[in-house]
Amino acid sequence: MQAMVRYILRRFVQFVPVFIGVTLLLFAMRAILPGDPVLMIAGERAISPATYQKIVENNHLDEPLHVQYGYYMSGILQGDFGHSYQKGRSVTSIFADKFPYTARLAVAAIAVEIVIGLTVGIVSAIKKYSFMDMLLTLSTSVLVSMPVFWLGLLLQSFFGIWMKKVTGGAFSLPISGAGGPISAYPDWVHLILPAITLASVSLAVTARIMRSQLLEVLSQDYIRTAYAKGLSKRDVIIKHALKNAMIPVITFIGIDFGSMMSGAILTESVFSWPGVGREIYLAITARDWPIVMGGVVIIVLIVMAINLLIDISYALFDPRIRYGTNRAD
Amino acid sequence: MLIGLGKRRAERLDREGQAAAKTRTLWGDALRRLLKNKLAVIAFIWIVFMVLIALTGKLWVPKIFGEVVYTDSSTAASSSRLPPSAAHPFGTDLLGRDVLGRIAYGAQVSLTIGLLATMISTTIGMILGSLAGFFGGLIDSLVMRVTDIFMAIPYTLFTIALIAVLGPGWVNVFLAIGFLGWTSICRVVRSAILSIKENDYVAAARALGASNLRIILRHILPNAMASVVVYSTMSIGSAILSEAALSFLGLGVQQPQPSWGLMISEGQTFLSSSPWLVFCPGVAILTTVLAFTLLGDGLRDALDVKGN
Repeated sequence: MQAMVRYILRRFVQFVPVFIGVTLLLFAMRAILPGDPVLMIAGERAISPATYQKIVENNHLDEPLHVQYGYYMSGILQGDFGHSYQKGRSVTSIFADKFPYTARLAVAAIAVEIVIGLTVGIVSAIKKYSFMDMLLTLSTSVLVSMPVFWLGLLLQSFFGIWMKKVTGGAFSLPISGAGGPISAYPDWVHLILPAITLASVSLAVTARIMRSQLLEVLSQDYIRTAYAKGLSKRDVIIKHALKNAMIPVITFIGIDFGSMMSGAILTESVFSWPGVGREIYLAITARDWPIVMGGVVIIVLIVMAINLLIDISYALFDPRIRYGTNRAD
Repeated sequence: MLIGLGKRRAERLDREGQAAAKTRTLWGDALRRLLKNKLAVIAFIWIVFMVLIALTGKLWVPKIFGEVVYTDSSTAASSSRLPPSAAHPFGTDLLGRDVLGRIAYGAQVSLTIGLLATMISTTIGMILGSLAGFFGGLIDSLVMRVTDIFMAIPYTLFTIALIAVLGPGWVNVFLAIGFLGWTSICRVVRSAILSIKENDYVAAARALGASNLRIILRHILPNAMASVVVYSTMSIGSAILSEAALSFLGLGVQQPQPSWGLMISEGQTFLSSSPWLVFCPGVAILTTVLAFTLLGDGLRDALDVKGN
C-alpha cells in the first residue's frame, strides 16, 4: 500500500513540470500572437484612451510577461481559466457547455472502436496469414492513411445524400449537428456518422495491436499447456489468451479515450458538432486566444488525469509496475 | 577427373561465398527482403510516379488540362463544375479548372511539404534523441520532459494553434508540422541508442580513445539508422495528412495554389451536386499516404525494426 501511495505521488510530481511547460509554451505563443489584445477585448471598436488604459490595467497587460504569467497561473489554481475576448463569458462556462457533446461523441466512438477493432484484430489473429487476415490488415492500413475529414464527407454523401435519393427520402442519416428539438431524427441517430468517423483511425490501430498481441500470446508455453489439457481452441483463446493479450489494447483504448475527450477538431468541423474541438477551432479563427489557451490547458489536465488513472489502475493490478523505477524508458 | 570436378566445384563454392559475403550487409539483406514484399514494391512505384508528376507537372499539365491555377473568367462560367468526361476525366471545379490537372499540381505541394516537414522533425528528433540516449542523466531527463510537454498537447490542436500564431501559408505549414512532429522520432532514436551503446564495439571504441562525437557519428547513429529510415518514411505520410487537414480547415495552403486538402474543402459545399470535387482529391491523398504507410511497413519488416 505504501509503495502504491509513493507511486501515485511520483507520477503526480512528474506531471507538475509538464504542466508548467505546457502553460509557458502557450503563454509564449500568446505573446507573439499578432494583433493588440486590448483592441480584441474592446471588440475592435474605437475606444477612448481612458478606456484603453482601463482595459490594460484590468488585464495586467502593462506588467512584464513573467508577472502576467504569475497572474494567469494563480487564476488557474483558483479555477479561473480566463475570459473570452469576444463572448463576454468565462472560459470555464463556455467549455462546460461544450464538454457534454464531446463526451457523448467520445463514448460512442470508443464503443465503435472496441466492437469493430477487437473483432477485426481477433479474427485476423486466429486466421493468421489467410486471405481474410491479409484483407483485414490491408484495410487497417487504408483506414490509418485516410484523411478523417474526407471519410466524414464520404459517409455524409453516401448515407445522407445518396441513400435519401435512392429510397425516395424514406431512409437517410443526419449529416450535421447534434440533434435537438428542431431535428427530424432522435438525438442518438445524430451520433452514428460522427462516431464512425472519429473512431476510424483508432479502430485500425486497436485491431493491429490486438492482432499482434494475440499472436504473441498464442505462441507462449502456457497456451500449449492449455491445449494439452484438452481445451478447445475457443476456450483457450477466450479463457487464457485474450486475458493477457488485452492489457496493451486496453492501455491504448484508455489513452485514446483521453485524446478523444480533448475534442476532435476535424470530425466536429465536418459534422458541425458543437463540441470542444470545434469551439477551439472557431476561437483560433476568431483570434480569441483566452478560449484557445484555456481550452488547451483544460484538455491537457483532462488527458493527464485520465492517463494517471490508467497508470494507477495498472499499478493496482500489476505489482511489477508499482515497484519498478521510472517508466520513462 | 575427380580432382578436376572437385576443383571446379570448389571454385564455384568460393565464388558463391564471395558473392554472398559481398551482399550480406544489413542494407543488402533488407533490400532483398523488401523486393519480395509485393505491396511495398507497388507502394514504392506509386511514390516514384507521384514524385515524377510533382517534378514535371509544370511542363505538361497546362498543355493538357489548360490553366489550372489562375482562372480565366471568360470561360469560367461555361465550364464550371462539369461532371467527369473524356475531356475532363475528373470533372472541373467551380471556377472551371480541370480537377485532374489540379490534383497533378497538388502533388508538388503535398510532397514538398511532407518531405520538408519530415526533414525538420527527423533532424530535431535525431539530435535530441541521440543526446538523451547517449549522455543519459540530466540531459536525458531534460529532453524527455520537453518531449512530454510537446506530447501533452494534442497534435492537431497544437499545429492549428501554432499556425494561428505564425499565420497560414505553405511555408508555415511545413514549419509547424516539422517543429511539432519530432517527439516520436526522438523517442525511437533514444531507445535505439540506449540498447546500442551497451554493445562491446562501443566499449572498444571508447577504450581506443574515440571522442563522444565520433562514437555517436561513426558507431551509434549508423546502427540506429534502420529505425530512423522506417519512422521518417511513415512520417512523410502523416505530414501529408496533416497538411491536408490544415488546408481543409483553411489554415494551410491558400488559394489559388492547388492543395488536395484545400480542394476538398472547396468541394464540400457541392457535395450533393458535384461529389467528384470531394472524391477525387481524397483518393489522391489516400493513395499517396497509403503508399508511404505500406512502404514504411515493408521497410520495418525488411530491416527488422521493432514495431511501436
